[in-house]
Amino acid sequence: MGGNSPCASCKLLRRRCAKDCVFAPYFPSDDPHKFAIVHKVFGASNVSKMLQELSVHQRADAVSSLVYEANARMRDPVYGCVGAISYLQNQVSQLQMQLAVAQAEILCIQMQNEPVMPTPQMDPEDDKSFLLQNNLPQYLNFASSSNVIHDSLKRESIFGDIIS
Amino acid sequence: MNSERCAACKYLRRRCPSDCIFAPYFPSNNPQRFACVHKIYGASNVGKMLQQLPTHKRVQAANSLYYEAQCRIQDPVYGCVGIISLLLQQIHKAENQLAKTQAEIAVLSNSHTQDSQFQQNFLLQQGNVGQSSRPSTQPSSWFK
Repeated sequence: MGGNSPCASCKLLRRRCAKDCVFAPYFPSDDPHKFAIVHKVFGASNVSKMLQELSVHQRADAVSSLVYEANARMRDPVYGCVGAISYLQNQVSQLQMQLAVAQAEILCIQMQNEPVMPTPQMDPEDDKSFLLQNNLPQYLNFASSSNVIHDSLKRESIFGDIIS
Repeated sequence: MNSERCAACKYLRRRCPSDCIFAPYFPSNNPQRFACVHKIYGASNVGKMLQQLPTHKRVQAANSLYYEAQCRIQDPVYGCVGIISLLLQQIHKAENQLAKTQAEIAVLSNSHTQDSQFQQNFLLQQGNVGQSSRPSTQPSSWFK
């Protein structure tokens, strides 16, 4: 950076922005809100320590996730991100149940088909192709004290560019 | 009267007042809980966050802060956002699987309906051979 324009962090903290400021690459001066939120929830000192413990190529993602968590905590001061996790886990459970019901229905239909047909219309090997294994990957279980479903958290707004 | 300091005040090496904001949520028998939360948020921020909430909501807030702090310690880059990402991927996969399965149900159901109609037509035709007026569904007609 050629000029001495302080980053958003140093502006908020009212200090000189050093050339090797740990915040500067991730908290540009044109987005003061981003650092304000992170500072409010985590504190500048803690954020600085967290970033310094990471290698440089990990810091951008770390900042993004910290901003996300801070925003979630501001939106929901009681549950923060845990509210979203609880909501999503409920969704996974419901989908698993629906999938199990659908797979059972396929089995029923196939069992109904087989004894009735006077001439075999379906190749048994084709039948087996419909038998789906339950490939749902295991989701993380965690003991949460909260069970709040956050209707306000829409999936499309949760994760922008963090997922690579 | 409990004169023992809570985990927070022990950690911060200070006297634990009777109205300590931390005491109900960071008991002295679980020092790791406060240490975790302090490492990520700092005592001052945790205290402010709890104070801004009504008393009956503070337990849940303390628990969720502890959970998020643990996630961040285990995964310093993504914290609990990594878990959210994983869950979103799993939901996406499960939805795709469900859609596939439901499409297969539709195909199977259609083919079963068509086959049933075929059978009915087939049986009707068999019954009509040599019998112009009698309904073919009566089995006695087959043994003539």
